[in-house]
Amino acid sequence: MENDKTADSTCSCAPKSDKLSFITFTHDIPACEILTITSTLTLKDRFGHFLARWGVNRMGYIVKPNLYKLGNPDADSPVFVSANYTMSFDALRSALAGIDCYILVLDTKGINVWCAAGKGTFGTEELVRRISWSGLSDIVQHRTIILPQLSAPGISAHEVQRRSGFRVEYGPVRANDLAEYLKTHKATPEMRRVHFSLWNRLVLTPMELVHAALPTLAVAIVLYFLAGPLAALAAITTVLTGTVLFPVLLPFIPTHDFSTKGLILGEIVAIPFALTFAADSVTSLWPNVLKALVFLLVMPAVTAYLALNFTGCTTFTSRTGVKKEIFRYVPFMAFIAGSGIVISILLGIFRLMKVI
Amino acid sequence: MFDSYVENTLQYYPDKCINCLRCTQVCPHGVFSEGKEHVELVRPAACMECGACALNCPVQAIEVQSGVGCAWAMISAALRGKDMDSAECGCGDGSCCGGNSKNPFLIEKL
Repeated sequence: MENDKTADSTCSCAPKSDKLSFITFTHDIPACEILTITSTLTLKDRFGHFLARWGVNRMGYIVKPNLYKLGNPDADSPVFVSANYTMSFDALRSALAGIDCYILVLDTKGINVWCAAGKGTFGTEELVRRISWSGLSDIVQHRTIILPQLSAPGISAHEVQRRSGFRVEYGPVRANDLAEYLKTHKATPEMRRVHFSLWNRLVLTPMELVHAALPTLAVAIVLYFLAGPLAALAAITTVLTGTVLFPVLLPFIPTHDFSTKGLILGEIVAIPFALTFAADSVTSLWPNVLKALVFLLVMPAVTAYLALNFTGCTTFTSRTGVKKEIFRYVPFMAFIAGSGIVISILLGIFRLMKVI
Repeated sequence: MFDSYVENTLQYYPDKCINCLRCTQVCPHGVFSEGKEHVELVRPAACMECGACALNCPVQAIEVQSGVGCAWAMISAALRGKDMDSAECGCGDGSCCGGNSKNPFLIEKL
């Protein structure tokens, strides 16, 4: 990253010492100091992205809300708008390599574009306020701003135009399509569509795992002492199935609902554990059957619940649909999980009583 | 029976439509398509109720009860004694999204 930042500033809205190494200060805009950036992503940037995917300092991974310039823009150069989440910002600036432009970064509280739009932080109010604050109307001659398409749930384009004088143009979904889009300022239907590819799903799994890691470890330790290493392994396997295997296999599992997909996948994963216990020659048949049943009941229930929670990470689940899923399947999940736990408690009691 | 996503709250009033095509520009699932006199509703079941179309329609030809399609957020709201429909994405509050988002993969996008 370049780091030729200068120290002095006379502008009232000039930033204080900024730690972003790709930023340099310029002094040619009296209304508000514009920060200069490059489109180059360094190894440090990419490492930062990697850490953020694992949840390391995620909320600290932000860009200063401000007006930035890339290359040597003039009064006719395009103006893009982005969130102040570093990875959103980096995706945009790297996609704009070789394009002289301005980037107006809103204060989205470190949240990416689509989610910030959903929460209202990437919204009409913030956009109108930032346009005014940055003095954009004095910096460019035209009155068009290019927004990410996925910011639309938070933006009322006609309201922005009425209040700021700037016409909102929605760019494509993916930053990689920007160069092509800018040739005609028209997006193809494909550019307008959001997908949920294997890679998209895979990059979600580290965060899912991080959130589940501690509780899983605690449960596994308890199960290790209560029921042995295989039970502990079953707990870890269940969580890995729900948080990693499920996202990977999402499109390939039959049925449409996440809960039923999770039940199917959990049942498949439970079978080897169930068979292992069922084939135990040390104890008699009926305790073995009950032990096997515990796995066949609990593992699918937990996997299904984790699968249902994955709705929050997807690009296509509606609130209406998720609500239906919750009412349809959560009681059933609770019932089978509860049944499995009750059976395992009974087995423990029988063992203490030396019945089995 | 096993598809909870067939129905949603999307309502479209073609008689109000002025054919500005905003909805076709903002919908990430191709729910709307350009028509002759007005926009056509071609994939209603694909609507994820994000609300972008309704918010950007200058003549209120579209209505949708937008909200977060996130079970974690809805169940959390219910457990706190709140209405599930009032659930908000917990982005940045240590939710499933962590500090990033409901859809962390969107970092790959604009």
